[in-house]
Amino acid sequence: MTAVRSAGAPGHHLPPGQLPRLVAPGAPLGLQAHADRYGPLPAQPARPARPALAAGPAGLIAAVERAGLTGRGGAAFPTARKMRAVTSAARSGRGRRRGGAVLVANGCESEPASGKDAILLRQSPHLVLDGIALAAAAVGAASAYLCVDGADPARADRLVAAVAERQQAGLPGPPVRVVELPGGYVASEESALVNFLNGGRAVPVYVPPRPFDRGVGGQPTLVSNVETLAHLALIGRYGPDWFAAVGTRAAPGSALVTVGGAVSRPGVYEIGLGLSAGELIELAGGAAEPLQAILAGGYFGGWLPLPGAAAVPVSPPGLRSAGASFGAGVLMALPAACCGLAETARVLRYLAGQSAGQCGPCTFGLPAIADALAHIAWQGRDERAAEWLSSLLPLVDKRGACHLPDGAVALVASALRVFADDLRQHLTRGPCPDAARPPLLPVPRRLARPAPGQGGPVVSQGGRP
Amino acid sequence: MNRVLRVNPIACDAHGVCADLLPEMVTLDPWGYPVIAPEPVPAELDEHARRAVASCPTLALRLDRERSPRHTS
Repeated sequence: MTAVRSAGAPGHHLPPGQLPRLVAPGAPLGLQAHADRYGPLPAQPARPARPALAAGPAGLIAAVERAGLTGRGGAAFPTARKMRAVTSAARSGRGRRRGGAVLVANGCESEPASGKDAILLRQSPHLVLDGIALAAAAVGAASAYLCVDGADPARADRLVAAVAERQQAGLPGPPVRVVELPGGYVASEESALVNFLNGGRAVPVYVPPRPFDRGVGGQPTLVSNVETLAHLALIGRYGPDWFAAVGTRAAPGSALVTVGGAVSRPGVYEIGLGLSAGELIELAGGAAEPLQAILAGGYFGGWLPLPGAAAVPVSPPGLRSAGASFGAGVLMALPAACCGLAETARVLRYLAGQSAGQCGPCTFGLPAIADALAHIAWQGRDERAAEWLSSLLPLVDKRGACHLPDGAVALVASALRVFADDLRQHLTRGPCPDAARPPLLPVPRRLARPAPGQGGPVVSQGGRP
Repeated sequence: MNRVLRVNPIACDAHGVCADLLPEMVTLDPWGYPVIAPEPVPAELDEHARRAVASCPTLALRLDRERSPRHTS
């Protein structure tokens, strides 16, 4: 057994206001470098160094709640509430075996424009594995899965090696199985993941039962994004006040974001939540050419017009009240010399192709929406086309087992709103010349995805406005 | 107790029986899938709603207590 030397005194930690927290610049952190940077994992139950951690596993959930951590996979659901739902389901014996629970760490990152989970898993695998160990102890999970996209086999190999390294060092935590998922936009939806781990296809199922009630193997299951678990590992070490030293009151803490499109340095950045969209674009090197809009939240998100959107806080509540969403932290900058309708039409074609084909309104409705939008984008000169498109949206919205149809509809609705002038021109005079420009938004042709945001620098900035 | 009609969209195969038996609350979209009124089933339609649920060939239609089963995380 190789002992891991823990650096400094037990109180050793990163300065609260310092970013990046999750992803250190430079080479990926092995177990020793990880322990040097972050200090030891708190023991289970934790010593009462901090009151929030005093009560052991239950104390961690309380600390996560006080920290205000929300899921970083897209839905921004309060993490502590999810954890409590699992513990109470396990306690009431709703699983097949009384008291047991399962933890699923979701690192599939099926959002084509996002690259943050891949970079987190490459640079800081042990932070995610720490989070898995702590969260598993807190909800009483005896086994854990770490799910990643199978498109890059080397990623899974590295994670398996990291898991083995921890076992050799005698670190606490449940056995962690690294599982490779088939690609696809809906494969990493919570119920799809659970279905896959239960031996089914990686497609969403109609809930209930929900995973927190009866998930993997019929046990109450906590499904959590890998970045969420990495934050949880730091809250476990340093406490909720440390976590909330960056960010805003409504959206505490930091988050990884992927910035792409027409910026000078596209890539993954860690920001304090609440940084404005304009500041984030500056952080990514500034606009590479004049911009007209941003797409916030990825392909489940929405378009926001510039220059107004530059003041919008990049946080779940900030983007939600602006009419977009934070999603998995994707922000794409659309140049003025690009057609937002054509960009959205290509994304809709992609999303329609990603339907699992299970629910009628999604199977038939998304292709119809994609056709209608493509007609407007590349053909136009049809005054009734927008009316037809608008009439299709409510026929698809919220009518699937998962949120794919809802997300696609929200994206189209935002495009019709933000590109209203373009739309009028397309309908009356035909497509703008920019509609023929090469695509800006990444749209995978096959299941294998390009590596978005690749090679981008990881730098960071505090975001208290 | 208030009951609402819900359809399991994965199980539904667009047979359209529900729209025949309960046109007051179910219409069909352009592809033949039911669009269901979100309101609680009024007492005078209760029996018709039960019959529609029992007649669904794929058992996709349900009467639920009035709480959302949709998952939001």
